[in-house]
Parts: sequence; C-alpha cells; structure tokens
Amino acid sequence: MSKHLNHIEPYSPQFGTMVPMGFQKFLRTCVLWQIVRFVAINIRMTILILKSHH
Amino acid sequence: MARLVIMGGGVAGHTAASFARKWLGKEHEVVVVTPNSQWNWIPSNIWVGVGGMKKKEVIFPLAPVYKKVGIDYRQAKAVSINPEGKDGSDDAFITIEYTGQDKEGQSEELTYDYLINSTGPKLNFGATEGLGIGTEMGTHTVSVCTADHAEHANHELQACIAKMRAGERQTFLIGTGHGMCTCQGAAFEYIFNIEHTLKAEGVRDMADIIFITNESFLGDFGMGGIHFSMGGYATSSKVFAESLYAERGMDWILGAHVNKVEEGKVTYESLDGEIDEQEFDFAMLIPPFAGVGIKAYAKDGSDITDTIFAPNGFMKVDANYNAGAYENWKPSDWPRTLQNQDYKNIFAAGIAFAPPHTISKPMSSPNGTPINPTPPRTGMPSAMMGKAVAGSICDMIKGAPEPTHTASMAEMGAACVASAGKGLFSGTAAAMTVYPIIPDFEKYPGTGRDLNGTTGELGLAAHWIKHILHFGFLWKAKLKPGWTLIPE
Ligand SMILES: Cc1cc2nc3c(=O)[nH]c(=O)nc-3n(C[C@H](O)[C@H](O)[C@H](O)COP(=O)(O)OP(=O)(O)OC[C@H]3O[C@@H](n4cnc5c(N)ncnc54)[C@H](O)[C@@H]3O)c2cc1C
Repeated sequence: MSKHLNHIEPYSPQFGTMVPMGFQKFLRTCVLWQIVRFVAINIRMTILILKSHH
Repeated sequence: MARLVIMGGGVAGHTAASFARKWLGKEHEVVVVTPNSQWNWIPSNIWVGVGGMKKKEVIFPLAPVYKKVGIDYRQAKAVSINPEGKDGSDDAFITIEYTGQDKEGQSEELTYDYLINSTGPKLNFGATEGLGIGTEMGTHTVSVCTADHAEHANHELQACIAKMRAGERQTFLIGTGHGMCTCQGAAFEYIFNIEHTLKAEGVRDMADIIFITNESFLGDFGMGGIHFSMGGYATSSKVFAESLYAERGMDWILGAHVNKVEEGKVTYESLDGEIDEQEFDFAMLIPPFAGVGIKAYAKDGSDITDTIFAPNGFMKVDANYNAGAYENWKPSDWPRTLQNQDYKNIFAAGIAFAPPHTISKPMSSPNGTPINPTPPRTGMPSAMMGKAVAGSICDMIKGAPEPTHTASMAEMGAACVASAGKGLFSGTAAAMTVYPIIPDFEKYPGTGRDLNGTTGELGLAAHWIKHILHFGFLWKAKLKPGWTLIPE
C-alpha cells in the first residue's frame, strides 16, 4: 500500500507534501477507470477550447 | 493581389500559413520563410530523448505539404525587415538568406503586403558560461529543444544506463540553465520520462535524479502557479508538483540561476544569494530564450530595430509595455490583436511577440541577479495566435480597416498534457487545463483563475491523450483530409 513512500526522509522537502497511497496509485493506471477519465478529460478540454476561441 | 509573408514555419507560423492559404483566394500569395526543411512536432521530442520514439517519427518534410496546397516555401531565414521600403521604392520587404533549395548562403529581398513574425525562440545557450556558444549547445549538457538534440540526449542517456548496469551510480540533473528561462514544462516532462525509463530498464535504484529550476516554488511553471480544482480542494500546483517529485523520489533545487556549466558540474546562484555547486553525470538544461535577432531598417537605411523589437529581440505588438511594478499588472496589459503599433501590416504570433512583462512575480537575489521564469507561450496559445492573426490579415486584405480577430492570453485558456512516462498501459501524464492563462485577480480573487476551468490530474488516460495528440497534430500539420477539424 505504501512501499513507494519508504524513500522519504523525515524533514526532507519531500516530507512536507502530500503523496498518493496505494488505491490512488492503482486508479492512475486502472484501465477501466482511465477510460472514464479519458472521456471526462476530453470533455473538459473541449469546453476550454470552445471558451478560448474568439 | 496581395502577398502575405510569414517568417517562421513552426507551430504559430505553420498554423497561420495553413489557414491563410485556405481563406485567401488563389490570386493572393502566401509565402513561408523558414530555415529548416523538416517540420518538428516539438512536444514529442521528449520521447525521442528517452528512446521512446525515433527522430523520424516527430518530423516530416515541409516542401511537399506546401506544394500540395500552393504555399510558396522558401527554405531560408529572415535577416531583416524594411517596413518602409528603400530608396526609390515604397514597397516593404524583408531580406532572407537561403539555407537550402540549392541556394545556401544567397540573399534575396522579398516584398510583402502583410508580414507575420512567428520565428519562435533563439535557443540562447551562450547566455550561460559553458552551456554553449550563441545558439550552439555546448558539450557538457544535453537538450531536447530540437529533434536532433533529443536524439543526442537519448544517446547519452543510454550510455548512462549501460554504466548503471555495470554498477556505476549516476546523477541526473534536469531543469533550467539560466535564471531567466521559460519552458519549465519541458524540463518537467523530461525528468519524469527519465525516471520512468530508468525504472523500466531496472536501474532506477542506481540513479539520483535532481530537478534544478529558476522557479521560486515547484509548479510555478512561469505562470505564477496555478490552483487546480482537485478532489474538493483548490489545490496549488506547488502541492501537485511536489507530490509527484516526492512520490518518484526526486529532489529539487529552487530559485536557481545556473551561471556556469563545466564537465560534470554546475555552479548556481540561489534566490538567497548563496553560490552553490551540483555535480552530475547527465544534465539536460533548457537554455534561456530570446528573439532570433532580426534587424529592422527605415527607408533611409537607419537602424529601427529598437522601434519594432523589444531589447530581448521579441517583436513589439499591441501590449502595454509600461505596466510598471508587479502590483500594477493587469490582464489588459497582454496583446489582443498582436499587431505592431508602428507598422500596422506587421503582426507577431507565438513565442516571437514581446510579452508586456512576466506572469510570475519578478524576483532577484540579494546580489541583484534576476531569478524568475519568463512567460511560457505553449503550443495551444501559439497556434491560436497564428490562426487569429491569419484571420485578421485575410479580412484586412479583403478590405477590413483593422484586425478582426483577437487571441489574448488573458482571454484564453490552455490545455496542456505533460508526459510523465510513455507506455500503452504503464504510461502516465498530467492533464492540465488553465483558464485564463494570465491570472485575473479582480475577476477571480484569490486564485486568479476560474476554478471551473482549471483542473489537473495524473493518469494513463492523459498519456493516451498525449499520444493521440502526437498523431493528430502531425496529421493536421501535414494538412491531410479533415485537418481543420482538429482544434489548435
Ligand atoms: C522539448 C519541448 C517540449 C514541449 N512540449 C510542449 C507541450 O507538450 N505542449 C505545448 O503546448 N507546448 C510544448 N512546448 C512548447 C511549444 O513547442 C512552443 O510553444 C511552440 O513551438 C511555439 O511555437 P512558435 O511557432 O512560436 O515557435 P516554433 O514552433 O519554435 O517555431 C519557430 C519557427 O521559426 C523558425 N525560425 C527561426 N529563426 C528564423 C528566422 N530568422 N527566419 C525565419 N524563420 C525562423 C524556426 O526554425 C521554427 O521553425 C514544448 C517545447 C519544448 C522545447
């Protein structure tokens, strides 16, 4: 779940920020969830492009 | 008949030329003057720089594309502008010097009715001792700013990987090579792609990876930072970026003006005035950008470069260049039509226009050394400026008295997909949308941006989008069927 955090040293700059835990990391490359995000990001970007063209 | 001459066939210039050709009747001429025979989709250079793509996948020859649509292509660089003509003629012209088409080194005068300057940046390696000489990169570091640079960077990277396999620990230093750099996004992408590649090669534990940047905080990106609407919070890009670096075990050096590069070592001055050194085995440092150094002359031959260009070599347009201190800056300082105010038939688009000031707050060390990012002008705004300027010029050729289209960075957003590693199922990228690019603290107090349009997330979906954009934009740039359907 949190093995990827083992390298962080107390009081190092890396110690002072938020880091994702296992489930969040899993979601980032979970194909099913990412298909949903693919659609969502595309919609978001399309709205931005439409807003930006004058 | 009118002649539109476009100096620079990169993102902004190629977009402007393509739309102008489409919108103008055949009785009008569209001429592109650009020194490289190959067009380069620059964002994918990052993948070339880690061996994820070959150079030939990110470039294509321009001549056949321009021939197909009837654009007059000159493989040459623009050297000077004579906006008032010369003795005996009122015809405005530019002087070009051929770099190809069997006319290398030959000069020619090219008259114009309308002129677009979209010459992008001069890669000013020479600004930092040891980083290079003039526009030539030195031998101590690598770069990913051109496809050739990226190919060379990968060659050096593979040599480091071989050393790590043989048990030799390596230090990677990625970031900005001067206190006044922009393009932190490219360095951000490259460091994450290096980390991803080293992991995939099974040598990550043999590498120390350090980011060195002129930003005063991670995630400034030359835009004064961004607040993303994320998980119910308005999350600062500082937290977003720090989180990514911390998770991947990469250190960072902030507020650094690299003032000297030697073999295996950089010397830098920090915002607190300290002078420090950092050793490396592999370094990719982005050079500072300047204008490409085009000169301008009045009818009598006197030098009017200072009238048309700002001291940094970028072209002056309809921006407020007298905005004063940071506290007085307004979104309306940013140009809308991108028209030069002295010569109304000259426009600039993309990196070539002179910004009124930075977006990030200006800072300097106690020694007076300025250390702050200069404003980014990324692909999407550059292309939108190219299209808007082309639209205005086409309308003016048809009789409009003044520009009809605008593309202000204060009124547009930017969508940016920053790769954090390539791979159909293992890749990730940060998908970011920002609206508006220039923060407007009056309209959006606190964050300066519309939180409905400003978002960021990391994941595989964003990588897919980045990869699709690679093919989509190359398709569009090749002006293949349906190219106008792909947005800028
Ligand atoms: C490694 C890297 C990665 C990037 N990734 C992204 C990304 O993911 N997303 C994004 O939005 N942006 C990205 N950018 C930024 C993006 O590439 C630029 O914003 C964009 O290229 C700017 O367009 P431009 O037309 O102003 O300049 P350019 O695209 O650089 O075009 C300038 C053109 O002018 C030509 N030229 C130079 N001198 C002369 C002369 N004297 N006469 C005539 N022509 C001349 C040049 O050869 C070039 O063809 C990245 C940049 C780099 C370096």
